[in-house]
Amino acid sequence: MIALLLILVPLMGGVASFFLKGEKGVKTFALLVAIVNFLVMIAALTSGNESAINFHSDWLPLLGSSFALKMDGMSKILCLLAALTYPVIFIATANNEYKSPNSFYGLMLLAQAGILGVFLAADGLLFYFFWELALIPVYFLCSKWGGERRIAVTFKFFIYTFLGSLLMLVGLLCVYYQTPDGSFSMQSLYDVKLTTAQQSWLFWLFFIAFAVKMPVFPFHTWQPDTYEESPTAVTMVLSALMVKMGLFAVVRWLIPLFPAAAIQFDNVVIGLSVIGMVYASILAMQQDDLKRLIAYSSIAHIGLMSAALFVNNESGLQGAMIQFFSHGVNVLGMWIVADLIEQQFGTRKMSELGGLAQKAPTLAILLVIVALANVALPLTNAFVGEFLMFNGLFKFNVWYAVVGGLSIILSAVYTLRMIQKVFYGESSAVTANATDIGMMAKIALSVIAVAIFMMGVFPKPVFALVNDTVTAMLGIYK
Amino acid sequence: MSKMVYLVPLFPLIGFLINGLGRKQLSKSLSGMIGSGMVLASFIVSALIFKETVPESGPVTVRLFEFINVAGLNIPFEFLVDRLSALFLMIITGVGFLIHLYSTSYMHEEEPQHFARYFSYLNLFVFSMLLLVLGANYLIMFIGWEGVGLCSYLLIGYWFKNKEYGNAARKAFVMNRIGDLGFLLGLFFIIQQFGSLTYSEVFGRAAIMNSGATILTIITLLLFVGATGKSAQIPLYTWLPDAMAGPTPVSALIHAATMVTAGIYMIARSNILYTLAPISQTVVAVIGLATAILAATIAIKQNDIKKVLAYSTVSQLGYMFLGLGVGAYTGAVFHVMTHAFFKALLFLGAGSVIHAMHHEQDIRKMGGLAKKLPITHITFLIGCIAIAGIPPFSGFFSKDEILIGAYAHNPVLYWIGLGGALMTAFYMFRLYAMTFRGSFRGTHEQEHHLHESPWQMTLPLIVLAFLAAVAGFMGIPELFAPDAHKLEHYLEPVFAASYKIQETHHVEHSTEWILLAVSITLILIAIIYAWNRYSKKPETGDATGFGKILANKWYVDEFYEAIISKPLNAIAAFGNKFIEKSGIDGIVNGTGKSIQWGSRQLRLLQSGQVGAYVLWMVLGILLFFVLIIFI
Amino acid sequence: MPINYYIILAIALFSIGVMGVLTRRNAIIIFMCVELMLNAVNLLMVAFSKLHYGAVATFNPYASTGTDAQVFVFFIMVVAAAEVSVGLAIIVMMYRNIHSVDVNFLNRLKH
Repeated sequence: MIALLLILVPLMGGVASFFLKGEKGVKTFALLVAIVNFLVMIAALTSGNESAINFHSDWLPLLGSSFALKMDGMSKILCLLAALTYPVIFIATANNEYKSPNSFYGLMLLAQAGILGVFLAADGLLFYFFWELALIPVYFLCSKWGGERRIAVTFKFFIYTFLGSLLMLVGLLCVYYQTPDGSFSMQSLYDVKLTTAQQSWLFWLFFIAFAVKMPVFPFHTWQPDTYEESPTAVTMVLSALMVKMGLFAVVRWLIPLFPAAAIQFDNVVIGLSVIGMVYASILAMQQDDLKRLIAYSSIAHIGLMSAALFVNNESGLQGAMIQFFSHGVNVLGMWIVADLIEQQFGTRKMSELGGLAQKAPTLAILLVIVALANVALPLTNAFVGEFLMFNGLFKFNVWYAVVGGLSIILSAVYTLRMIQKVFYGESSAVTANATDIGMMAKIALSVIAVAIFMMGVFPKPVFALVNDTVTAMLGIYK
Repeated sequence: MSKMVYLVPLFPLIGFLINGLGRKQLSKSLSGMIGSGMVLASFIVSALIFKETVPESGPVTVRLFEFINVAGLNIPFEFLVDRLSALFLMIITGVGFLIHLYSTSYMHEEEPQHFARYFSYLNLFVFSMLLLVLGANYLIMFIGWEGVGLCSYLLIGYWFKNKEYGNAARKAFVMNRIGDLGFLLGLFFIIQQFGSLTYSEVFGRAAIMNSGATILTIITLLLFVGATGKSAQIPLYTWLPDAMAGPTPVSALIHAATMVTAGIYMIARSNILYTLAPISQTVVAVIGLATAILAATIAIKQNDIKKVLAYSTVSQLGYMFLGLGVGAYTGAVFHVMTHAFFKALLFLGAGSVIHAMHHEQDIRKMGGLAKKLPITHITFLIGCIAIAGIPPFSGFFSKDEILIGAYAHNPVLYWIGLGGALMTAFYMFRLYAMTFRGSFRGTHEQEHHLHESPWQMTLPLIVLAFLAAVAGFMGIPELFAPDAHKLEHYLEPVFAASYKIQETHHVEHSTEWILLAVSITLILIAIIYAWNRYSKKPETGDATGFGKILANKWYVDEFYEAIISKPLNAIAAFGNKFIEKSGIDGIVNGTGKSIQWGSRQLRLLQSGQVGAYVLWMVLGILLFFVLIIFI
Repeated sequence: MPINYYIILAIALFSIGVMGVLTRRNAIIIFMCVELMLNAVNLLMVAFSKLHYGAVATFNPYASTGTDAQVFVFFIMVVAAAEVSVGLAIIVMMYRNIHSVDVNFLNRLKH
């Protein structure tokens, strides 16, 4: 029941927002909805009773599809991320102004409902439904509130993701027709016995959909453009949550449905991911636009996660699970900083900034904390995940870990370059009259900083949370 | 007391938090007091722990909480107190405290906010280093390992307005990261081989392996890559001299008490692994010796007072690695200790000089400071004698132990090492003579303001000078008095397993006497030559000829720039412009464009001629017929 | 008569019709050629109908198979008649408008 509530709160809230008037009212309402949703999530975490959380009801009985929601460890960690990011996003961007704010916040909340649905769906068709429900609001958000090149960029984004979705739908139907009882339920789909040959091409239909979403090299070029052009609040949703949809779907659907193919193609996928890690890290070194830099850095980190999902050992999977959350938190922090800078100075070009450490020390300190988490320094949250993932990668094949490890060095290069260009040195013409950040931004960033250290020093609760998913995954391979 | 070991890193952490969070509220004297007081507190705890370890040798493990426990890999947050870590605790907190005390005066010109920031960084630095030496497994060590890298970054870039300093800080961090990657890979190999990162388990399982096992060689070499980054050895040493950008006490902290000794500590800790991997030992020894010589040659022609000292650190670290490589573990740790004393002394002395000279660091513009800065002068001289290796000052004992160990291993190593020691004596006294002897060469105004530093600065100098003078007596070689090497007895349990495996060549006492006489004579000659030459005729211009190559550090930085930085940037630019834009985007947009083009071409078919349509239709039908009939 | 003769005749008629439609420009002749093709099909239908009726009747005297195609022939004839009336009307309108029945003048579909 709680799972249903988790989706309904933002869904209803989103629909209601469309009818509200007055900017301030909408903002407060949206924040309230997000906080209520967070509380519901806390209730789900504390409730030990499975039946109180999960939900099952008929939906399209003729097709054998039911409205089934299920929450396991991985769902919990990702739903928690989604429930936590939204209030933080709303708080951090509280001062941003949007035209027709009611539709903006309405769409944002609808997207959250879709994202949560993706993480909770235990039915193939329902999953597809939420997958699209999450994407459609984002198309509108990008095309209506985006930057100058928004139409072209949204179009590119649309083509990429829609093509992926359609391939996935075709794949899903293929598997569906093989089920003995003609059902979309997760268990029936899992139980289908596919031959290796069938798996090997169905695997790619699904994988491309998810790879576009993550994104894995070479399906990534929509991402820097979209991140750059979207309003930053949307970018936060995209990079903190939407990319997790791809990773999540790999664990929830791709590998359980096609375990033989996952083993057959593990080298291809991991190879692409590792190439992507190094490649994106190198490109990040040259970016001048803050948003593009963060985008490439995110691609590099996602590459490691997608590789770790395929290494087929516990270390890699556990690392990836904890990193789902850590990456979401860290990248959110980076975006908040980028947004604060853009809002204040009207530019994101690093070459035009500088000397902010002098003018805005609080911002500088918080950014340095987030940036250090981004380079996975020990005792920050990302270190635990990356350490385990690299260990998993290493167990799979030494050379992948060596090549992928270069991104550790490169991440230090580009992150420090960013800090230096933005915060160190003398202040430039743009930053001469800079002021420090306001209360709202301080709260948002402090929440993130606390999350970074808490998970970095004491990751045990998260491991305990996701343990069941990892065990189940390892069982699938056997 | 050993059970309370968590207090040792806890105090600096508290200091870091107080100074960091309250930097706007705290006054300068208060934040200085908190910063130094916290380190003093952990020094006292360390001393009590140290005292406990002297009579009883058993290591104590203190488990704090569970850190990572997945995939059959249990890595608790655990501290290990044994004689090695207790000794390092003493060095770190002791020397660290003196540097903190010195800083309260040296940094007094800073604004309160930055003053507090400075002390919070210093405390964090000490905290990280303490984690590094206290960890009971390699992961905790790695946490401290990366932590000191971060702190060095923060402190080197402390004056963040200066772009050059920022670059130096970045260089330090990135170079360290390169090493860290090696270290991390080493850890993965250890996990794979031993299934654990805890020292006791790893060493226990390694001890029963065959000497020269490939996996051990790989592990030790990778760990050594980490050590080259942290301890500034070839090929990753270039960051350390640039790290001069930070405030001078920071240099003292990096060079003496913390950071650079991390690599030595790590290898000393893992001694059993290295003893079982002779190839790695050779590599360590050769790299160490090569670094010692290379850095010494560069130091000869440097004119920045801190740069000379920086290269001398690199060189001395090379000796320590030589010691580790030839199996003279005690000697290496001994040298870490004596070096901590005299190098901290020299850096703080240099700081005192710079302070007096109003931030002038070029020794060509100094001279004749002996009378104006008497305490600094005397203590600096003691430091120079100690580092040059004149008995009975501390540097002599430790360096001699390493070199004798090298001789036992292979006499060639000894003679090359001695060459380096001669250069050390030469450049240190060149530095001394140009700074304190001869006549003053600075501006009039500087001369007018020359003054001895306040007590907060001179007291650490005096304490350190005392230690630099007498610390050697902790390790009197057997040559002089049998069984007088206290340090060796103290550290014995740590290295016992290694010494059991290692075949020890003993050098005859007669040979040792001869070597000693030769080396001391040569060193004295070098000192007297340098003293005379540079007191009377100090260098004033830029170096020419071969000296210019040395002054430009063999152009290693330029070389790295050309083979690593530039190609990497070129690849990035290429990726940005071509692969992204024309390559992948080209394919994506190309798909769209080709469909558009195709439909434009198809449109031509629509001529409007009914006949043409019919013709196409008929042709289509015929095609179907052909397909149905023949296929 | 063997069925082959009918088939060949029908193919010949149909091909003549096709060639006529393709090569001639006069709308009325094209029209007649279309009729020719329709009739070729009609002929074939009747012929096959007869053939199959004979085959089925040997073992099932009550089968009604044979007449289906012939019914279709009537359909086609009716449709063709309707088509002629509409088509001729179009041609007349065409002549009134452009004073020609040459279909090559009718290229306004392009625009």
